[in-house]
Amino acid sequence: MNSNIIEAVNLHKKFGDFVAVEDINFAVRKGEIFGLLGPNGAGKTTTINMLIGLAKITDGKIFYNGKDLTKNINNAQNIIGVVADESNLYAEMSGFDNLCFCGALYGINKIVREKRAHELIELFDLTEFSHKKFQTYSKGMKRKLTIAAALIHQPDILFLDEPTSGIDVASVRQIRNLIKQLNYNGTSIFLTTHYIEEAERLCDRIAIINQGKIIKLDTVANLTSAVQRDNIVEIVFETNIANEASLSADLQQQFPAVKIEIKNSNTLKIISGTKINIVPFINILADRNIMEARLIKPSLEDAFVLITGIGLKLMKKEKEK
Amino acid sequence: MKSLTAFWNILLKDMKNYYLKPPNISWGIIFPFAWMLMMFIRTKSAFNMLEVFPGIIAMSILFGTTSMLAVTITFERKSRSFERLLLAPISIELLVIAKISGAIIFGIFNSFIPVLISFFYFKVVVENFTALATGIILLSFVSTLLGLFISVAAKEVFEAQTYSNFFRFPMIFLCGLFVPIASLPLLIRPLSYLLPITYGVDILRFSVGQNNILAFGLNLLLLLAFCSLLFYLSIFNIKRKWIL
Repeated sequence: MNSNIIEAVNLHKKFGDFVAVEDINFAVRKGEIFGLLGPNGAGKTTTINMLIGLAKITDGKIFYNGKDLTKNINNAQNIIGVVADESNLYAEMSGFDNLCFCGALYGINKIVREKRAHELIELFDLTEFSHKKFQTYSKGMKRKLTIAAALIHQPDILFLDEPTSGIDVASVRQIRNLIKQLNYNGTSIFLTTHYIEEAERLCDRIAIINQGKIIKLDTVANLTSAVQRDNIVEIVFETNIANEASLSADLQQQFPAVKIEIKNSNTLKIISGTKINIVPFINILADRNIMEARLIKPSLEDAFVLITGIGLKLMKKEKEK
Repeated sequence: MKSLTAFWNILLKDMKNYYLKPPNISWGIIFPFAWMLMMFIRTKSAFNMLEVFPGIIAMSILFGTTSMLAVTITFERKSRSFERLLLAPISIELLVIAKISGAIIFGIFNSFIPVLISFFYFKVVVENFTALATGIILLSFVSTLLGLFISVAAKEVFEAQTYSNFFRFPMIFLCGLFVPIASLPLLIRPLSYLLPITYGVDILRFSVGQNNILAFGLNLLLLLAFCSLLFYLSIFNIKRKWIL
């Protein structure tokens, strides 16, 4: 039995002379959350569109459950659920009617689709609003209903394009928990997001895409450990550090093997290529009211910046545009 | 069966969301009524209803269907809800038929007002009911498909409406709706035969015993050919433009 729900082999996409996606290869394993990370224009949406049948493939192959469906993605529609980057349900219809209509598109009979719609509305905590028009929903509620609509036919894989973009913190939290829950119940997830910490928190494996090419694909742990070159310890004080410069210089003199940096007004950073013994530092700094000392591990953000060479601020700005 | 469920629900959704809205129902009533009133005032009650009967029916159908498709197709495309339909496990052909079915029914409904007023107020005598029904149905089909063809080419609703007007208004003069084709300048006449509405109007003229240009059967065949051509051109354009 094939353990991959999707396999993309040498995918190419050209728009005229412009190469949007070039020689992309990856596989999404059954039951995993697979993330596709990249800046605007990197080829994320084009890749998703090819996988779901909204874009023609210039070259390459797409396999669903081991079957070559390159020429007929329509045959995979029953196992695919898609949440576009915009909430694209019908404004004039109620939440409940929207879900029932989406169920009908997959040929689900009335009794079953109404039952499922009720279940999903309950699961997504929208019972109170189920008979209100979609256009009256808040952004967060719209997003939740859009995800629910993609689940009405119980797909094996759910494509989520920026699922938490532009919504309130409480809804973001709820949606992230729902994604985890769906995955726990066996749905494979294909996620694109520009929130790197979201990908880090949710994804089992991540492909980093830039300028139409996948430049790295690995587990979050492997991606981050690959960029860890130094050990870093941060010491945070309760109050601002007095005489920052002289403290830094004193410590540097006493511990020449490490590098001392003042991170901000109340945080000191100790960087070393080898293990750091923090006891001597704590002893020296004890009278300065230490709040905490913490080991800093590289994040997926660090890995992303290093791998792509793209600043995070630039990425967020691009997305906002 | 699954495809049928999808088809029926797309049609039902469009009927509820668009066609059965009060502004559209009133459009279907006011538009033909206004045209009849205009004719009535212009000729000071002495106009020959039989002469304008095919034209008013064709106008009502043409304007009703093309205007609605600009909304149901272009608006849904713009709001991206059309993507939902494209992602459903049904063929594009069936999806398009489901989308245009509502407009075809709306077109047929639009013809009711002029037909009823003509029957009951102007006492128009229909000589061939089959021809009348066929004419109305085929005009609804061909006008809807013309609207579809235009809507697929447009990105915005206003764009679709503008493109529609490029087709609709010349048709009033070129398709023998109110000006007989025989009285058009010789150079322009071939244009009339390139427009499908000409053949629908000709069937309607035949149904009320007015002079028709072509035989009923030939008009029917030509209209069916136009329908097929417009349908497949629209499908081709959807695949080319919307599935990039």
